[in-house]
Amino acid sequence: MENGLVIETKKLVKKFPVGKGEFIALNGIDLKIGKGEFAGLIGPSGSGKTTLLNIIGSLDMPSSGEAVVLDRPVSTLSSREAASLRKESIGFIFQSYNLLAVHTVFENVEFPLLLLNYNSADRRKMVNDALSWVGLSDKTRSKPPQLSGGECQRVAIARAMVKKPSLVLADEPTANLDAANSHNILTTMETLNRELGTTFLFATHDEKVISYLKRKIFLVDGRIDRDEVKQNQNGEK
Amino acid sequence: MIRFLLQGLLRDKSRSLLPVIVVTAGVMLTVWLHAYINGFMGDIIDTNARFSNGHLKVMSKAYADNMDEFPNDLALLDADSMTAVLGKEFPSVSWAQRIRFGGLLDAPDKNGETKAQGPVFGIGLDLLSPGSEEIERLNLKKSLRSGSLPREHFEALISDDFAKKLRVNPGDKVTLISSAMDGSVAIYNFVASGTVSFGSEVLDRGTIIADITDVREALNMPDASGEILGFFKGGYYDDELALSDAGSFNAVHKSAGEFAPVMRSLSQQGNMDQYVKLSSVYASYIAIIFMVAMSLVLWNAGLLGGLRRYGEIGLRLAMGEEKGHVYRTMLTESVVIGLTGSVTGTIIGLFFAWLLQKYGIDMSGIMKGTSIMIPSVVRAHITTPDFYLGFIPGLISTVTGTALSGIGIYKRQTARLFKELEV
Ligand SMILES: Nc1ncnc2c1ncn2[C@@H]1O[C@H](COP(=O)(O)OP(=O)(O)OP(=O)(O)O)[C@@H](O)[C@H]1O
Ligand SMILES: [Mg+2]
Repeated sequence: MENGLVIETKKLVKKFPVGKGEFIALNGIDLKIGKGEFAGLIGPSGSGKTTLLNIIGSLDMPSSGEAVVLDRPVSTLSSREAASLRKESIGFIFQSYNLLAVHTVFENVEFPLLLLNYNSADRRKMVNDALSWVGLSDKTRSKPPQLSGGECQRVAIARAMVKKPSLVLADEPTANLDAANSHNILTTMETLNRELGTTFLFATHDEKVISYLKRKIFLVDGRIDRDEVKQNQNGEK
Repeated sequence: MIRFLLQGLLRDKSRSLLPVIVVTAGVMLTVWLHAYINGFMGDIIDTNARFSNGHLKVMSKAYADNMDEFPNDLALLDADSMTAVLGKEFPSVSWAQRIRFGGLLDAPDKNGETKAQGPVFGIGLDLLSPGSEEIERLNLKKSLRSGSLPREHFEALISDDFAKKLRVNPGDKVTLISSAMDGSVAIYNFVASGTVSFGSEVLDRGTIIADITDVREALNMPDASGEILGFFKGGYYDDELALSDAGSFNAVHKSAGEFAPVMRSLSQQGNMDQYVKLSSVYASYIAIIFMVAMSLVLWNAGLLGGLRRYGEIGLRLAMGEEKGHVYRTMLTESVVIGLTGSVTGTIIGLFFAWLLQKYGIDMSGIMKGTSIMIPSVVRAHITTPDFYLGFIPGLISTVTGTALSGIGIYKRQTARLFKELEV
């Protein structure tokens, strides 16, 4: 990262075809996020949060403008290059957990490491570490249907974190969780952010999440409305 | 990675067991049905062979040219030695002499006056010599409606309907009026030993079946036979083999004379050619229709299986797996499923077909009297295509279905796959 930026978007526009016309979901987003930030996109439903995360995560392409993620301009990436960017550097946490139901907790968390061709001893150690970060060391053999919602979300976090990516994109990670679980998970992520220097970008309208953010980027109708950085604090609310 | 995919495949029954069962069932039905149709159609050809065409037929050249009129004045002379030669030249074929003839059958009353008469079609064949296969071949025992099979000379079988029309009962005398080999009028007396019914209009209209030695005497054709029929000992008509046998025989016996013998395969007689072609086409048609139907089902199963997994696929893509890799693993999975199902389905289908081929189902109880044109025992006949036919719906359709559903991976933005998964 030549300029210390993990994410930089320039006049980013995303249009979706709707009927005969088109809908502008992102309308000129200019955003810079540096290494180690713990930032969130905040905005009402339909404001473009998920759309922006998808483009940053190279799951979708911008209509115009550019998103440079870890020095790679997303719009120029081939699907192969985008896959490799995701595989090596980005961890996703989805609104719904998206765990593989027939695989155990261990196997779900192990999957990103299989793609990276780690050997089995390394994989075992890394998965166990990740599960201990989220406090699930005793559930490695369970399958997702046997877990509570909070536990599933923690598995998803472990899966996103296991390869120690440079960037974690978390879309409404607490949407299905109660307050206690939400705080639990956010504390975990904060710790990981502090200890590993991982950059976090959230999309949320949940007050509990917002209170943990060190930087709040408000989106309204596909534009950045405000961008607030918390001063003089060390990750405590 | 392979272990991961295998675990997913094996643990998710709806991804492995279910499709394998569907494929197995479809393939099994396809294989079995094809063997069954083949057996059934083959039996119909075979009944025609038994009654009039043989799998092979040797005649004089001149007779062959007018075969439909059974011109016995052109019959093969010295037929016994010809039969012996054939037996040596074609050891895998069993040979039987036949004389077919037409004429008038006259039923006299007590005083010898005509009480009724009608046109008759006759077959002379070996009824009396011990070990003759002809009684079995024409299913005479089961076709008997009254009286008994001929046990001595001058005895004959008459078709049941015809006997009723002539008011002839077993034991009554009937007189055959026909033309002898030399062209003169032949008059000969038979005793009706019994009546038969074959369930076929052509045969039941007016047929007389007598021992060939009596017919020779009646028509004054000593040691001559109109036709020598050959039947493959394997039981099934094989057109390629028949054509090559006939070809090689005719190549050896190609002397120019009118009375020189020629051999014709079943397909080279009358319009049997079309029938042989038709029946094989028919079998393939039904098999194809069925295969297409099965293919659609299995294709659909493959398609649904793929669509159902958009969520999992979206996730794998988001984790950074390459599209090509995801697609290839999907295809590999469907190949594994298609192969497993096709192999087990083929084995099970062949097993049931084999049972039906070996034991048959005796339908004679249901189809009383229809013993000749429609075979009374339904049998399957396993042929080479049965060993690979099932793989068309089983493997190709399953894989195609998956391949098509998987195109979605390429067509859609990964983000779209996710939307579908989340809803
Ligand atoms: N594939 C698409 N086709 C058409 N319109 C779309 C598509 N994806 C998103 N949109 C539209 O773009 C807008 C922004 O959607 P987005 O999912 O980014 O909102 P969001 O801020 O994440 O909302 P929420 O908080 O409800 O998740 C919405 O109005 C949505 O209807
Ligand atoms: Mg959203």
